[in-house]
Amino acid sequence: MTTETLLSQQQAVIAEVLEAYPDKAKKSRAKHLGVDAPDGVKGACDSTKSNKQTIPGVMSQRGCAYAGSKGVVWGPIKDMVHISHGPIGCGQYSRAGRRNYYIGTTGVDTYVTMNFSTDYQEKDIVFGGDKKLKAALAEIDELFPLNNGISIQSECPIGLIGDDIQAVAKAYKKETGKPTVAVSCEGFRGVSQSLGHHIANDMIRDEVLPDGSYRKDFESTPYDVAIVGDYNIGGDAWSSRILLEEIGLRVIAQWSGDATYKEMTTAPKAKINLLHCYRSMNYVVRHMEQEFGVPWMEYNFFGPSKTTESLRKIAAFFDETIQAKTEAVIAKYTAMTDAVIAKYRPKLEGKKVMLYVGGLRPRHVIGAYEDLGMQVIGTGYEFAHGDDYKRTKDELAGSTLIYDDVNEYELEAFVKKLKPDLVASGVKEKYVFQKMGLPFRQMHSWDYSGPYHGYDAFAIFAKDMDLAMNSPVWGYTKAPWESK
Amino acid sequence: MQDVENIVNGQKLFLKPEYQEVFKNKKQFEGHAGATNPEKVKDVAKWMTSWEYREKNLAREHITINPAKACQPLGAVMAALGFENTMPYVHGSHGCVAYFRSYFTRHFKEPTPCVSDSMSESAAVFGGLANMKEGLRNCKALYKPEMIAVSTTCMAEVIGDDLDAFVKGARGEAEGELDTTYIPAAHTPSFKGSHITGYDNMMEAILKTLTPEEEVAKDEERINIIPGFETYLGSLKEVKKIASMFSDKIVMLGDHEEQWNTGAGEYKLYAGGTPIEVAKSAKGAKATISLQKYTTPTTGKFIKNEWKQEYVTCNPIGLNGTDAFVMKLSELTGKPVPAELAKLRAQLVDAMQDSYPYMHGKKFAIWGDPDFLLGVVSFLVEMGAVPVHVLCHNAPRKGWEKEMQAILDKCTFKEDCHIWMGKDLWALRSLLFTEPVDFMIGNVYGKELYRDTKIPLIRIGFPIFDRHHLHRYSISGYEGCLNLLTWITNAVLDHLDEETKDIAQTDYFFDCVR
Repeated sequence: MTTETLLSQQQAVIAEVLEAYPDKAKKSRAKHLGVDAPDGVKGACDSTKSNKQTIPGVMSQRGCAYAGSKGVVWGPIKDMVHISHGPIGCGQYSRAGRRNYYIGTTGVDTYVTMNFSTDYQEKDIVFGGDKKLKAALAEIDELFPLNNGISIQSECPIGLIGDDIQAVAKAYKKETGKPTVAVSCEGFRGVSQSLGHHIANDMIRDEVLPDGSYRKDFESTPYDVAIVGDYNIGGDAWSSRILLEEIGLRVIAQWSGDATYKEMTTAPKAKINLLHCYRSMNYVVRHMEQEFGVPWMEYNFFGPSKTTESLRKIAAFFDETIQAKTEAVIAKYTAMTDAVIAKYRPKLEGKKVMLYVGGLRPRHVIGAYEDLGMQVIGTGYEFAHGDDYKRTKDELAGSTLIYDDVNEYELEAFVKKLKPDLVASGVKEKYVFQKMGLPFRQMHSWDYSGPYHGYDAFAIFAKDMDLAMNSPVWGYTKAPWESK
Repeated sequence: MQDVENIVNGQKLFLKPEYQEVFKNKKQFEGHAGATNPEKVKDVAKWMTSWEYREKNLAREHITINPAKACQPLGAVMAALGFENTMPYVHGSHGCVAYFRSYFTRHFKEPTPCVSDSMSESAAVFGGLANMKEGLRNCKALYKPEMIAVSTTCMAEVIGDDLDAFVKGARGEAEGELDTTYIPAAHTPSFKGSHITGYDNMMEAILKTLTPEEEVAKDEERINIIPGFETYLGSLKEVKKIASMFSDKIVMLGDHEEQWNTGAGEYKLYAGGTPIEVAKSAKGAKATISLQKYTTPTTGKFIKNEWKQEYVTCNPIGLNGTDAFVMKLSELTGKPVPAELAKLRAQLVDAMQDSYPYMHGKKFAIWGDPDFLLGVVSFLVEMGAVPVHVLCHNAPRKGWEKEMQAILDKCTFKEDCHIWMGKDLWALRSLLFTEPVDFMIGNVYGKELYRDTKIPLIRIGFPIFDRHHLHRYSISGYEGCLNLLTWITNAVLDHLDEETKDIAQTDYFFDCVR
């Protein structure tokens, strides 16, 4: 398809979907949809409205502040117990669904896949639950003596009924000397997961980073770095860590996939914070820069091109030894990834992809698809801000449909019109598109595969995309007796 | 590094020595006991299996750990999806809806339609009326539902939104767009009851809304069946099949079978469901049968009081439960039990007599919703098995325990059987360590119990995220009972093979015929 026809199709489909809305909603949605290209002047990446209220009454794919705090930022810290504070549902629906891998004896010294809930009943709503919370903290410490701290993740009612969880946490911390962090991440706050990330970052800033006990005797080296904003989905942080170690750096902390409380407190000892998911953790790296003078750098470990580019950028911050090692590591792995590309690119070349994901992937994975010869023709974020869209522009290769907080109705219409060969999004969307006979990969959970970060992981990414695109099962949708 | 000829994902990638080295190196920066004091982890892990720990664990009152229940609006979504062209609409934050949709979708491997009106801080201050006004119109415009079934989240409940007034207000300002749309609204606070309560509240609201104000013509042959929070779609199918053997005037109210079982080739937002017209004439029926007594008390009360018809409950899980259901249909329709059903029953009993030695005397732990448990525990007892731990986190206060006890009283080993009401799966962990069983029956959350106790888990329940297609089968009726028998018997046999496969050690018992 020529760029012009693609562009005109993209513009036409936006006009088409907007037609279905009542006036007010139409006006609002029009500001979130657009088209952009690498050379576009003031295209959608510059002008798209984002981080705004979702219009009511649609199937938005967004989550809430609690999901952003408990589900994303705090939940993966493995040696702390994270309480879903309020009614029973939130903790149950978010239990063990994100694949934040960790090593530990679950229930004994680590707790990530468990669900701790204060299970609020009507009496707690009416009379308040602070006493219950205090008692819950004590029960946890009695039954889980090896926990290294407790976080309290507020669900909607907490902030509405006037419970003072901050006071409870403070008193408990004083009494026991153990880290006890109350996070006011009620689901109704903000417009999406994003405010939950921010609130969670703020509580790390206020309640974790001031704890300097592990920093006191910390023996630094000139090569200390921290991985920030990697939730170790399917082991992503591990397949990143190995590369950083191979180029001669020492990863002293991993935030927050497979993290421990101690690692959360030692990150300020890093010479530089390496930030993967900008959206969910930029707040706290900025703070560490201000408070501790630790600079930070964004990187992208999806696909060999971006991984190589990022490794060189990271190495440039260090000395020539690191740079030399980096080149050796790049050479070693490039031989392998070239072979991966040789194996899979011929089967995937020219295929079109539409993405709809969360924090960083709508732009970060574009390069990985391009390494396989695939073209991203549409992308968007559930909960991005303007700075994410600006960063997206740098990643575009051709005319691209941009959609912010796209709902199911719109995404379905976009896909029907633009006919991508692969849709990559979340579990709620997966079966919609598979029903249409379209290959689909979940790009939140790596569809129960992964990791996808780093060179080794790219081989898995390529294999998975090939598996999705070239499975024989898509050929059976039409019955043999149906006319073509 | 990856071998391009044999690319492996995380499962095997991280077993490679270079990654094992990464894990080892990481420990120096970690502070958890596994890194600093592995011996201590072993000691504490051992203590956690003790009677002392069990007592502390069972005395726990304030923190729930690994629950076996969810919250009301989840059930409301299922009730709504049982009706044709109906969009579940959750009045509250959209985060809740993202959770409900993922939860059902991970279980059924199917899309789950549901909208929310995305209430946020401003709604917390001013109430959610503005969201409802705009939300209902947008929902109608985009998804063209015949009915929008409104339930609430705890946020809307805490701020005290007046649902009926809101729906009325929204309708009034919609410039006629909502005039022909049915909009039942149910309060479904997450801090009361569980997902089954939400099913009940939404079902009542829908039936109330669809009951015409004018007289409904009486049809003495008609019978309604309400399935309840039934996650086995095959069960819905089988119940309908059994009913159709008696009469074509037996209809299901809230038939969500097709919604989560659509074919490839085309995505349909709505599929199947009880037609609105059929629900509107339900009041004229002779009787309504609920298949989940403890899921539908409020709906039952409404049917008795408002429809003034017979309301009965049956639980067609297990042989006895299916017999009772079949006899109830026979009684209500005035027809004898069809020969075809009698044949299915005979085949089932024959199969039970073939397989009984493997279940007889085996000890089970089982958890799930109250009605599910009454059915499956009854089946275990029918087979001579011993339900040692029957755990119901969302057990109803009235009646259920007595009914369960009556079933357990029929067990040959009844003194070994215990009912655990209101307990969670962390409590069960202690029970399993101190009073072990041979097998567990439950949902995906039993997986960690299996890892920790090594007691095999037979996946029957909801949710099941890590096995495919089980929800397509029936666990109700004679054929459903045969599925239960097959799954459980073969799990026992699989385990027997597992225990006897050691060469020259135990494999004298590794029989080819069992």
